[in-house]
Amino acid sequence: MTLMPNETRRGFLGLIGAGLACAATPAWALDTGQAKALIQQSLDEVYAVINSGRPPAQMYREFEAIFARYADVDIIARSALGPAARAAAPAEFAAYKQAFQGYIGRKYGKRFREFIGSKIEVTGAKPVKSFFAVTSTAYLKGRSPMEVEWHVSDKSGKSRYFNIIIEGVNMLASERAEIGALLARRKGDLAGLTADLQQAG
Amino acid sequence: MSPWILLAASLGLAACSAQPPGQIADPLEPVNRRVHAFNKGVDTHLVKRVSGGTSGGGTGEAVQAIGNFGANLALPGKAVNHLLQGKPAPAVRTTFRFLVNSTLGLAGFLDPAGQDFALPEEDTDFGQTLAVWGVGEGAYLELPLIGPSSTRDAAGRVVDIVIDPMRGWLNRDQYLIGMGARVVSKAGERGRFSDSVDSVLYESADSYAQTRLIWSQHRRHELGQEGEAIDPYAE
Repeated sequence: MTLMPNETRRGFLGLIGAGLACAATPAWALDTGQAKALIQQSLDEVYAVINSGRPPAQMYREFEAIFARYADVDIIARSALGPAARAAAPAEFAAYKQAFQGYIGRKYGKRFREFIGSKIEVTGAKPVKSFFAVTSTAYLKGRSPMEVEWHVSDKSGKSRYFNIIIEGVNMLASERAEIGALLARRKGDLAGLTADLQQAG
Repeated sequence: MSPWILLAASLGLAACSAQPPGQIADPLEPVNRRVHAFNKGVDTHLVKRVSGGTSGGGTGEAVQAIGNFGANLALPGKAVNHLLQGKPAPAVRTTFRFLVNSTLGLAGFLDPAGQDFALPEEDTDFGQTLAVWGVGEGAYLELPLIGPSSTRDAAGRVVDIVIDPMRGWLNRDQYLIGMGARVVSKAGERGRFSDSVDSVLYESADSYAQTRLIWSQHRRHELGQEGEAIDPYAE
């Protein structure tokens, strides 16, 4: 993988940073190559955890950390919450966002068994609207290959993905419906929703 | 009933409710929610228990074989739909798949067409044919025992039964055995995808809304009618 062009090699420190450079500090505008590399890297890390054979609870925490590193958790949590996000006090929103991040790590992490012995091949990337769509194909045991699309943006100041679309099913739309239903159940009380999310997933 | 009357009815149904892309029209939500609660009860008390035992070892293989048998009998109907959609190539491949699996595949219990002849199943149905003909999806429907659908796809299901060439080639008992095999195949799928189904049905705050969203988006994807991408930064 060529995350850093040769002319910008910065010796040993640069090499140490190379692994995170794409995710954390892009010094240039996002392009298709970098969007692909970001998804490839996050997949590599996810598979390393899946294949580690660690206890599930520990794996969920590691999935959460990977999600926090490669996804724009702020915009995902904000978008999932909808209009209530604008009305929320900063501290209240921060607590919700933290709980949301853990909930995502557990909810999707729980499905790790379906991915044992599977592989996901990153196949391409193209610009869409103001962001990039990275396409990939998931080969899971006993299933026909699935199309998985990742939406990557650098609008947050860092290159991060903010949506995953699996065979047409939009995770952001799905979480909007889910968080909306949880919030309605709490009659619009964000602190109550945050407490529920700490248990959910 | 003539298929053309059904067709006219389904065109009429679907035509009366056009909605913006990305939205899901659900004017029947109160009824749909009751059907969803019923379906979920059936799943909890019956399907989950039965299919739970089908996921492992020898039983799994038997269910797979019965599922293959049922799926094979559905192929002539799919070939007809491919033709109606103006796609002769998949219609021909589907026909070859049917011939290979009905003979070498021992009446369809095995799948040599998929494994040795590169003729995988190319799924389609009359709901898709209607979509190709420009009929909109209509209103969301949750059908008892069958699950999520739309007015267009529900009408398509009825037409699929009417136009199925198998009905002319098999006697009534044989046809019912074939339908039974397809039900077993669905139960087998429920077992294989139990984690996914459980997570939607039993771990969502609103399993009706999640089912509606996931089914509708997946169906549109199958039909090549993807919605607008969400850009949360622009909101």
